[in-house]
Amino acid sequence: MKKPRYTPLQISIHLFGWYPLAWLVVRGLTDNLTVNPIQAISQWTGYHAIIFLTLSLACTPLNTLFGWRELLKRRRALGLYSFMYASLHMLSFVGLDYGFSLKFFTEGTATKPYMLMGITTFLILLPLAITSFKWWMKRMGSGWKTLHKLVYLAGITAVIHFAWAKKGDLVGLSGDIVKPLVFAILVALLLILRLPPVRRWASQLKQKTFTILKTKPV
Amino acid sequence: MDNKLKHVAVPSSEITSESAYFSRRDFLKAMGIVSAGALLAACAPKPQPGGAANGTGNSTPVPASDQTDELGDPVNSFDEITNYNNFYEFTTDKEGVARLSPKFNPKPWTVEVGGLVHKPQTFGIEDLLAMFDQKERIYRLRCVEAWSMVIPWMGFELGELLKAVEPMASAKFVRFETVYRPDEMPGQRSPFYPWPYQEGLRLDEAYHRLTLLGTGLYGGMLPNQNGAPIRLVVPWKYGFKSIKSIVKIELVEEQPATLWNAVASNEYGFYSNVNPEVDHPRWSQASERRIGELKRRETLMFNGYEEEVASLYAGMDLKVNY
Ligand code: HEM
Repeated sequence: MKKPRYTPLQISIHLFGWYPLAWLVVRGLTDNLTVNPIQAISQWTGYHAIIFLTLSLACTPLNTLFGWRELLKRRRALGLYSFMYASLHMLSFVGLDYGFSLKFFTEGTATKPYMLMGITTFLILLPLAITSFKWWMKRMGSGWKTLHKLVYLAGITAVIHFAWAKKGDLVGLSGDIVKPLVFAILVALLLILRLPPVRRWASQLKQKTFTILKTKPV
Repeated sequence: MDNKLKHVAVPSSEITSESAYFSRRDFLKAMGIVSAGALLAACAPKPQPGGAANGTGNSTPVPASDQTDELGDPVNSFDEITNYNNFYEFTTDKEGVARLSPKFNPKPWTVEVGGLVHKPQTFGIEDLLAMFDQKERIYRLRCVEAWSMVIPWMGFELGELLKAVEPMASAKFVRFETVYRPDEMPGQRSPFYPWPYQEGLRLDEAYHRLTLLGTGLYGGMLPNQNGAPIRLVVPWKYGFKSIKSIVKIELVEEQPATLWNAVASNEYGFYSNVNPEVDHPRWSQASERRIGELKRRETLMFNGYEEEVASLYAGMDLKVNY
């Protein structure tokens, strides 16, 4: 039998990848982006940038836990969607909001702690997106893997950026912190699952579960 | 700049011209917001089931007004003012507030005024509306998140109410408290805020002519999402100082705690005067976006009310007292 060109997972990822942009366009065209459309755009795109970033961070641990190998092939698409929304997000603020004017710097906006975190995240995602293609992977050899480990850092800085962009205090557990907290916990879990001892433990667990399942009389 | 500030001294917005009054009354009548026999002084108070006052007003098409503030900027539309609200008692989603607020029932309503006063008293909202002349005031509202609107409020000066209860000489501050009804206000179920909302003013700030107890909007009653039935409006301070749905006003000797100060004290000080020069750790306060405009505009000192209020803070370091 001929192998299908696209797997269901792949199709789902691409549908989900374009849906936020489609939603924005439809909302924009129907004048439905709240009375503060620039803010609506920057929040929507920022939110989806972190969602895709978290999903891309989830691929490896989920494979470790459940042996879903196809996920490893989908990391790149998820990472690129994250970069796409991060770029739109950055442009909506620096471009739409500040009209690319120097005020972004002179008013001190660029040096606000939350902004530095956002910019840092973007500056990490940028080279990762550029070098995400096979050609670079081959050319860079083992350096590629090292470079792409930076995505963990991006996960952390993105969560901090999110938390600091909201009126609250993540450490003091007060204010508008529910969503940033959810992402903080998710990203922390995903990073912990990558620590070598945890990872070994997780794959042993997986082996055991599989053995039990297999030896069970049907 | 100077010229502009000078003519701010008597807010022209306080005086509603007769023709503006009639045209506004006409459309309110058309919208069924005021009953036909109501006088202007009473046009705010008449509760009308199903009207704007019940938070369902956001679907009522109230035409944009051609009024402006004293700087010549047009007022925001009723739709903008009632569909983009920071009212965390309902939700942190600014559009969601209008959707959730119809469940809130602001009647009957009483406001307890007490503390260091000679005549403590609990007022029904009807009493307050009848006792004090309800005037229209067009004020700028500047949110600490760096957006702003121009809003035609109805209300009366807080100072008039304070005089009625006769503060003692020991009273130095006024403390305000919002109603606590987690059943009707789902945001109050969040454990991450020290509910109920509370705010405070120094006594001289509270007595200032510009400080309003808002009871209405666009000539109608205050919609739920804007803080029905009575809220504070302090136009030279960031929006969160203007506490909504007030049930308690207390005169006290010590500077009262405020909700946002308790959440993050380094960001939200007691004074929270709009000040483009005092930087906020989270956002730059140098500029703002007026709702309805795409380009940022410069933020004005004391939100453009410098002439009237700067003397309140003479000799104070506003960077320390942020
Ligand atoms: C130069 C880069 C960036 C700039 C200038 C920037 C700017 C901003 C601004 C201004 C906000 C506040 C929006 C508002 O509430 O009005 C924000 C929020 C946010 N940003 Fe960024 N950001 C940048 C990079 C990123 C990146 C790379 C990510 C994620 C991968 C990200 C994720 C978020 C999220 C999740 C929020 C909160 C959105 C919400 O309120 O739901 N940002 N950012």
